[in-house]
Amino acid sequence: MLAKRIIPCLDVKDGRTVKGVNFEGLKDVGDPVELGRRYAAEGADELVYLDISASREGRSTFLDLVGRVAAELNIPFTVGGGISTLQNAASLLDAGADKISVNSAAVANPDLISEIADVYGRQFVVVAIDARKGTDGVWRVTTHGGSRLTDLELFSWAEEACRRGAGEILFTSMNHDGTGNGYPLEVYERLAKLPVPVIASGGAGNASHIADVLEPGRADAALAASIFHYGRLSIMDVKNLLAERNIPVRL
Amino acid sequence: MIAIIDYDAGNICSVVNLLNRLGAEWKLTADAAEINRASHIILPGVGNAAHVMGSLREHGLDLTVKGIRRPVLGICAGMQIMCSWSEEGDVACMDIFDCRVKLLEPKPEEKIPHMGWDSLGNMESKLFRGIPDGEMFYFVHSYYAPLCYDTAATCRFGASEPMFSAALHYENFYGVQFHPEKSGAAGEKLIKNFLAL
Repeated sequence: MLAKRIIPCLDVKDGRTVKGVNFEGLKDVGDPVELGRRYAAEGADELVYLDISASREGRSTFLDLVGRVAAELNIPFTVGGGISTLQNAASLLDAGADKISVNSAAVANPDLISEIADVYGRQFVVVAIDARKGTDGVWRVTTHGGSRLTDLELFSWAEEACRRGAGEILFTSMNHDGTGNGYPLEVYERLAKLPVPVIASGGAGNASHIADVLEPGRADAALAASIFHYGRLSIMDVKNLLAERNIPVRL
Repeated sequence: MIAIIDYDAGNICSVVNLLNRLGAEWKLTADAAEINRASHIILPGVGNAAHVMGSLREHGLDLTVKGIRRPVLGICAGMQIMCSWSEEGDVACMDIFDCRVKLLEPKPEEKIPHMGWDSLGNMESKLFRGIPDGEMFYFVHSYYAPLCYDTAATCRFGASEPMFSAALHYENFYGVQFHPEKSGAAGEKLIKNFLAL
């Protein structure tokens, strides 16, 4: 039986790792390759590197970084941020990325998912979805880091993404992200019915929150950034709790 | 010198990166004489078995690989095309391992592809020397080699039977369904064991 995965996420700007609380007030927390290697040694099952550079120079620095990460890391890693064409995805694959994640660009151009999946296989394509629950109780997809609300309904978009070739869905609730109060478990219970694995992201404040979302019938993996970066929690703290709760985990 | 067989079988940079980290000398080659001179041979493979097998035939390398007397390691689709046949594209393969590769059947508790870290059992090969039973490796695949006489390690898809072959071994030929190059310290240990054969 597959282990539930713990995935630290590293935000990278102009070649350096940063993490903002609620995407604001960015603070430098180190060298992306070193940090990634440390997480791998500490038991991370995968890593995600998210490029948040706004400039062209930042983007090309990121591509070099992906090559260095691939050379150093002995676990799989996903890269995301600013991928809007098949060519972007191809360059990242050539640099050594195991998977790419698409978010806003897939909402704007859903064909992008199938274009990439048809050439490189669905296991290469993670579709990241950020959504916000409205006062009417409907979860609607947002883009551009949560700043733009769309008319897309979360569950129908997730199903469409799978039909088009998504190999995994990475879901972040913009209502929970950065709060440290835990995940919206009922949403992950619905997403668990998708034909592909689901990664939970945004909201964990302690190890119990992560264990809760990885119980059977919910998410397959949990992605977290700040709680690991600022040393509030180690990966082994989380994994030991999972093992105590009989959730399959790689120790 | 290690020969990595060069036959357009998808991305090989993770295999190359691992060999570099181990300080091993390698060469990417499609030259039969060079392959036969190598101390160890790695047959990588990513993607569709019919495509990968077709590509190996086009390069005239299927008979070369079958004739090698030094240790050969097939990884993922590289392992699958060392079996007798694959359901993926209904293609006859190299027939080194005596089993037919099939599509995984969906299980309520597991999704396809079988992707992520899973534990191995019944590890019976020098590849696993010093690696404890139950160790986890990283898998990404939708097709599998059933259990057979050449099975060298097993893995379970879902909570129930059947198990499948996580590794195969026949004479000097070894195959692994998982990706040692992505399997952390355990994967590096396995490659070191292979290079020590």
